[in-house]
Amino acid sequence: MSASTDVPKESFRLSQLIYDTRYRSITIQVIALVLLIGALWWLINNTVQNLETLGKDFDFGFLTQPAGYDINQRLIEYTSQSTHGRAAIVGILNTMLVAILGCALATVLGVIAGVLRLSKNWLVNNLMAVYVEGFRNVPLLLWIILIFAVMTESMPRPSDFRGDEPEATMFLGDSVAVTNRGVYIPRIGFENSIGPAGATWREESTAAIEAGEEEPAEPPSSLVDWLIVLGVLGASIYGARWNTRRANAAQEATGERPTTWHVNLALIVLPTLAVMIALGATVAQPYLRGFNFAEGIHLRNSLIALWLALSLYTGAFIAEIVRAGILAVSKGQTEAANALGLRPGRTMSLVILPQALRVIIPPLISQYLNLTKNSSLAIAVGYMDVRSTLGGITINQTGKELEGMLLLGLFYLVLSLAISALMNVYNNSVKLKER
Amino acid sequence: MSETHAETTRFVRTEMLAEQDPPITEKGVVKWTRENLFSGWLNVILTLLSLYVIYAVLSALLPWFANSVWTAESLEGCREALGEQGLTGHGGACFSVITERWNQLIFGFYPTELYWRPILAFVIFLLGIAPVLFQSMPRQALWASLTAPFLVYWLIWGGSLWGPIITAAGFGVGALAYVLVGKAAGNIVGTISAILLPILFWLFVTGPFVAALSGVLPLEITKVESNDIGGFMLALIIGISGIILSLPLGILLALGRQSHLFIINKVSVAFIEIIRGVPLIVWLFTASLLLNYFLPPGTNFDLMLRVIIMVTLFASAYIAEVVRGGLAALPKGQYEAADALGLDYAKSMRLIILPQALKISIPGIVNTFIGLFKDTTLVVFIGLLDPIGLSNAIRATTEWNGIYWELFIFIGLMFFIFCYSMSRYSIFLEKKLQREHR
Amino acid sequence: MKKSVFLGALTIAGLAAGAGSAATLDDVTARGTLNCGVTTGLVGFAAPNANGEWQGFDVGVCRAVAAAVLGDPTAVEFVPTTGQTRFTALASGEIDMLARNTTWTFSRDVDLKFEFTGINYYDGQGFMVPRELGVSSAKDLDGATVCIQTGTTTELNLADFFRTNNMAYEPVPIETNAEAQQQYLAGACDVYTTDASGLAATRATFETPADHVILPEIVSKEPLGPLVRHGDNEWGDVVRWTLNALIAAEELGVTSANVEELAAGTNNPEINRMLGTEGELGAMLGLDADWAKRAIMAGGNYGELFETHIGENTPIGLARGLNAQWTEGGLLYAPPFR
Repeated sequence: MSASTDVPKESFRLSQLIYDTRYRSITIQVIALVLLIGALWWLINNTVQNLETLGKDFDFGFLTQPAGYDINQRLIEYTSQSTHGRAAIVGILNTMLVAILGCALATVLGVIAGVLRLSKNWLVNNLMAVYVEGFRNVPLLLWIILIFAVMTESMPRPSDFRGDEPEATMFLGDSVAVTNRGVYIPRIGFENSIGPAGATWREESTAAIEAGEEEPAEPPSSLVDWLIVLGVLGASIYGARWNTRRANAAQEATGERPTTWHVNLALIVLPTLAVMIALGATVAQPYLRGFNFAEGIHLRNSLIALWLALSLYTGAFIAEIVRAGILAVSKGQTEAANALGLRPGRTMSLVILPQALRVIIPPLISQYLNLTKNSSLAIAVGYMDVRSTLGGITINQTGKELEGMLLLGLFYLVLSLAISALMNVYNNSVKLKER
Repeated sequence: MSETHAETTRFVRTEMLAEQDPPITEKGVVKWTRENLFSGWLNVILTLLSLYVIYAVLSALLPWFANSVWTAESLEGCREALGEQGLTGHGGACFSVITERWNQLIFGFYPTELYWRPILAFVIFLLGIAPVLFQSMPRQALWASLTAPFLVYWLIWGGSLWGPIITAAGFGVGALAYVLVGKAAGNIVGTISAILLPILFWLFVTGPFVAALSGVLPLEITKVESNDIGGFMLALIIGISGIILSLPLGILLALGRQSHLFIINKVSVAFIEIIRGVPLIVWLFTASLLLNYFLPPGTNFDLMLRVIIMVTLFASAYIAEVVRGGLAALPKGQYEAADALGLDYAKSMRLIILPQALKISIPGIVNTFIGLFKDTTLVVFIGLLDPIGLSNAIRATTEWNGIYWELFIFIGLMFFIFCYSMSRYSIFLEKKLQREHR
Repeated sequence: MKKSVFLGALTIAGLAAGAGSAATLDDVTARGTLNCGVTTGLVGFAAPNANGEWQGFDVGVCRAVAAAVLGDPTAVEFVPTTGQTRFTALASGEIDMLARNTTWTFSRDVDLKFEFTGINYYDGQGFMVPRELGVSSAKDLDGATVCIQTGTTTELNLADFFRTNNMAYEPVPIETNAEAQQQYLAGACDVYTTDASGLAATRATFETPADHVILPEIVSKEPLGPLVRHGDNEWGDVVRWTLNALIAAEELGVTSANVEELAAGTNNPEINRMLGTEGELGAMLGLDADWAKRAIMAGGNYGELFETHIGENTPIGLARGLNAQWTEGGLLYAPPFR
């Protein structure tokens, strides 16, 4: 607009707002803004009126009321007396859990299937094509329902593990039980657990031993314990990396690489082991008690079915992305790698995949986003994600659909934006730096 | 040549040897098997693993399919028929539920004697979409395509033909206003009146007009309520109308996102990100639970219509991204050429940019449609009877309570056929576009 | 912008129907059909048959109201609702009444602002377990895995029951009855809990019903009934008294077979008042004199409805129990038609 400085102010006519390209864009924007504000005002005004007619108010007080319902999978402490707000948080954590697990498994499945899809092996190639097309062309909801049903129908019941000649047995030396209610795996408890639960357990077990009773319950583990263990592990890994760097430096300087693996191993394992022993770590294996297995970690069927379905479904899409990414790497690269004498496996991992990654990452991000959003289909298998708790039972019990849906939408929006922001940062870091 | 040669008998072959077969390991099935299945230890393992997977799946499913019962009238009947073969209730499939209820799964509760109407509507839809999908058809056919939505609507819901005709006339009013007012008062005013006049027309003129015309000449066919529409028909209606209605909005949003006007750009971006950031199921619950809050007190309309509105808004955000991709893929020279010709924004978009951008966006639009079509299954959670919803309803009758796999396999198969053929089409188109660009 | 264009177009095309106003009765008569919310499918209570006609006990109530108001038991648009969407559908005016085995509770009545117009089925939450489990009382269920339907009062009752008895349990929430049944039969849960009627109906369709027992404990009161919006008492009265007419008809011996004959006049003044040969009860409701007669003819009186859809001669085989007339030891007690 540098050329327009000498326009005399007096000559301004109203029609210039439309016909003069200098003002037109402002006119259009002002009109758009007015329309937008008008529309919003209209919506809000309607809502206020409608709420009044229905005799409802708009407040989030219900979040502090007791929820009254139970949630089976809770990553934080929760009882039916906890508040609706806490129920929502339990749901949020469950959503995040299945989303993270799903993204990880989907990536693995997708990469494997995508690579195998390009295999020269006719059978494998076609089998993968069947997998990819089968999952891509049938609604996810149907897959979730079917996988859930397959799991409940084909796995043994807990009662099948009972008796002298049980119909089903546990795996890995009686430590993993696969049932149609989910998978029970051992958990680690700490005898010297820090926190109230640990103190209570120690009192109870001393009392039990004094009374001459057998088998006090397995020791608990608290968040603090795990933070300590993980902290030590992290520090050890950092130490090991320092050691590797030192070895690299030595190699650069002298041409000879000092052996690092044993030091690294010791650096990583020993401190962690020491902390675990200090905390009195014991492995608590699941065992049959009453109707179900007790102890251990219970990975519920709903979680596993949802996880598998989401991963298989998204994996099929990722497979196509990976395939397209690999095909996008020019054939000369493969030939160059062959000329260097690299074996096919190394060609793939050292030459093709790193280059394909740049093509793969952006669509991969949107698949991760899709998976996260699709986790809201948890309702089909009764997995208690945030849509089932806050957006489901809570809304239903309190009749606060406006507030509930608002919070729910906001949560998903923030989650989606956060994921795409994180992924964009990563994307920028692997992007080819063009000159 | 040395003398030793002269002493040895010279051998010159005078006739060609008969061609010999390649060694047994280098030909036919054996060679193919060796190269394609057992070319290395990894491949051997993979092949064996695949064979095992195929065997496991087939051995579990084949007997079940082979023993299926097709003629029983209830699950009880199926179990009896299986019992006669000496099988348990799980020994064979009970596809009788499909033979008994398949037209419900496809048409919902649409009156049986009117099935020809949705079928005809579907044919008209296909005819209407053909010129868009296949570039080889004459371009004039596109004008005929414009009438298809109104005909389809009329055939499915019934009622008076005047409603759709007058509604269509509203678009005519808009086009007329654009041309006439545009000539008289300039482009911008023309555009504004082309938007405002039809709205006024629809709001105030259409109702009395339809009533008057229906009084003169009824042109009515039996009305069908939205509640009677279900099954795959419902999924198709929601999916197709969602995509078609979302196209104009999606294109506007894509242009808005590319626009340099600050407010328009930011509003478009916010709309697209908000819609895409929240799962469809939440939007559907919004349609079912909240839309009534946002509308003037007393308005209330069909759940199906509310779902279509929501799905349209939802799809428009995705279409916008697809179209944006198309716009970005155009060479910059096209934009510059349009500017060089002195075309204004509207003209350059309408005549140069959009036709090309939309053409390369069609595969993406088809893919969005496939996704949307699959996602229509989510309406089951707000009580619409799509195929999965109907399967629940069917399982709630005394005859079919307890049936499971057969229904879901049928539904899955139907979806697969639809989506797979569409994705094949989209791949065909992509390849064609790639060839053209080369 | 596009939205309103679209909206306007379709509004005029006749898809939209203004509702939500106070005079539901007028709306229904003007529209010519009754919009009745039912479940998406529950054995015996509401499910579409092979011809797409809805059938069941709750459906019978809808049809009776349609017959009373519009004179045609088939003039009903059945709107399938889920546990989640039912209340909004009613509150927004999408449906005129909800007959979807809905429990009458304080908060639904007072806080969610609905008017329950009576009780058409007295139910209670029970437990079903496989016989081989050897459980004879719900008090033995400590540590059990329990299948429940979400979006109902069931999950609240269950939480309360286990908490008051100081027992642990593992809830497995399921969306629909059909799904829950499949889970239970596969052994994914030890116990299935829902309304006792639902348990009986579900059990009846098992391959071997005898292998499953319904435990004696009923842990809650579940009075199920049709409901309408607060604030339209005239319409509430129509639904309430149609239901009462069905109940009273059974008590008075009026059936779909003999109602025609009795409507000619009897020497029982209450029957006469109900069937419109005496007094002005129909006019007081804003209906004509034959309203109750038509309601009874639609599917029979309460007893007939019960017997056709869920009674002992059906596969579901529910006994009358609490739902017998008060004269026979049950709780059904229609106020007098006077």
